[in-house]
Amino acid sequence: MNWNDKLSTSVQSIAPSGIRKFFDIAAQMEDVISLGVGEPDFITPWSIRESCVYGLERGYTSYTANRGMPELREEISKHYKRRYNLDYNSDKNILVTVGVSEALDIALRAVIDVGDEVLIPEPCYVSYQACTILAGGIPVSVDAKIDNEFRITPEELEPHLTPKTKAILIGYPNNPTGAVMGRKDLLKIAEFAEAHDLIVISDEIYGDLTYDGVHECFAALPNMQDRTILLNGFSKAYAMTGWRIGYALGNEDFIGAMTKIHQYTMLCAPITAQVAAIEALKNGEKYMKKMVAEYDRRRRLIYDGLNKLGLKCFEPKGAFYIFPDITSSGLTAEEFAEKLIRTERVALVPGTAFGKSGTGHVRCSYATSIEKISAALKRIENFLS
Amino acid sequence: MRELLEILEGNARISTAELASMLQKSEDEVKEQIALLEREKIIMSYSTLINWERYGEELVTAVIEINLTPQREVGFDALAERICRFDEVRTVFLMSGNFDLLVVVQGKSLKEISNFVAKRLSTIEGVTQTRSHFLLKEYKKDGIILENEEQDRRLVIVP
Repeated sequence: MNWNDKLSTSVQSIAPSGIRKFFDIAAQMEDVISLGVGEPDFITPWSIRESCVYGLERGYTSYTANRGMPELREEISKHYKRRYNLDYNSDKNILVTVGVSEALDIALRAVIDVGDEVLIPEPCYVSYQACTILAGGIPVSVDAKIDNEFRITPEELEPHLTPKTKAILIGYPNNPTGAVMGRKDLLKIAEFAEAHDLIVISDEIYGDLTYDGVHECFAALPNMQDRTILLNGFSKAYAMTGWRIGYALGNEDFIGAMTKIHQYTMLCAPITAQVAAIEALKNGEKYMKKMVAEYDRRRRLIYDGLNKLGLKCFEPKGAFYIFPDITSSGLTAEEFAEKLIRTERVALVPGTAFGKSGTGHVRCSYATSIEKISAALKRIENFLS
Repeated sequence: MRELLEILEGNARISTAELASMLQKSEDEVKEQIALLEREKIIMSYSTLINWERYGEELVTAVIEINLTPQREVGFDALAERICRFDEVRTVFLMSGNFDLLVVVQGKSLKEISNFVAKRLSTIEGVTQTRSHFLLKEYKKDGIILENEEQDRRLVIVP
């Protein structure tokens, strides 16, 4: 049977990941220093792990409510009240999901009709376009510019508006650039969304990893809570990637629609991870702050190091990525990444994996130890000379 | 200054160049700050945490509870200072509760430590009682788990 003919056109239209090739090269080599990992190098704090173990001992092994355990939703609600003075009712406005990945997927499926367009600032996380296509929508990429530190403006979005534009999907602090949108920047996007009646899907998974200032939650901007689908989770801030636990916050009717998809496809997020997430919100902040302080030091080290090597980059303000311009090497991003791993055994990801506007850049993750960052900088120096 | 101390507490071997990058200061500034902290005895020493057992060296450690008769004017301080001066004594804490000083003593053998306690510690005037507990195994020391099997299990490249 020729399966290529049988696959759905939407799946066929999705380009394979630009990361795969480098993964295969790296997997065959030894002594690789990886700046290519988009997840914390910390292991989940013990108190969080221990609460899951305790939960297992007491027999927490069943399904939970579709929307997630009431206690977890209550903690999420309290967290948003405390941090951003936002009111999300734990019974109406919160859905616990299997990571932000699921939340993003079903949020798009809940609002997109075939042919609807979604504005997506690039460079961005690799799933945004693919999930839009799988939901039947059309991703409309809008290039963010390095001159504006990869922030997006209404002036850049405006030319891409059509009568089919339904939503804008933003992710700040940004993977892969480390860009952050300040309050002023976001207020302009809010005004734009309101003027054109767009849904705003805001992926704030890196929100707690904001340096030099505080994270601005999009839903906390004036008049924006009802319009915003807020996505967040535990993976990055609490070093809980493998637990697969996230959530969506929003309007009651919308969360109800998402819950409908969730209950037929996922049923519920794993109870073990939900038990751990409760502990993370109740007692995990001190561990999280320690990890953030550590990322911040690494950020300054790698920023300074790359600049000294003559690789132009702006100072990232959030997440754990830095996105240097490597055009001075005379290589494309893909060539740079491939030659670097083959000759100096440093793995990183070409910016083009995150969209066309990542051309001439590579993504370096600094979620790795100081020793490894310093060693990687030395290897990159060798590579460039 | 605080951040400098936090970094050095975790890794004293870090270079001044790395510190300068992390703290967004010049190397000279970092050197000056460290010198100042050393002068002020805020940084007391740079030591290395060694797993001697893994190296193959037998060391015997005892934790000793000591009761004292406090002395007029100086309380426990004069006696504590006397006890501190012995090389065999690694740690001395004044404690609340059933005893006064908690002293950690290290030696090459059980006999060496017993001798030290019997002949040197318990004979000090003002020491009324000692209770020795011999250490059987170290699991965690100064914040470091000695036999840690946790490791980086991440894939090399993740989006």
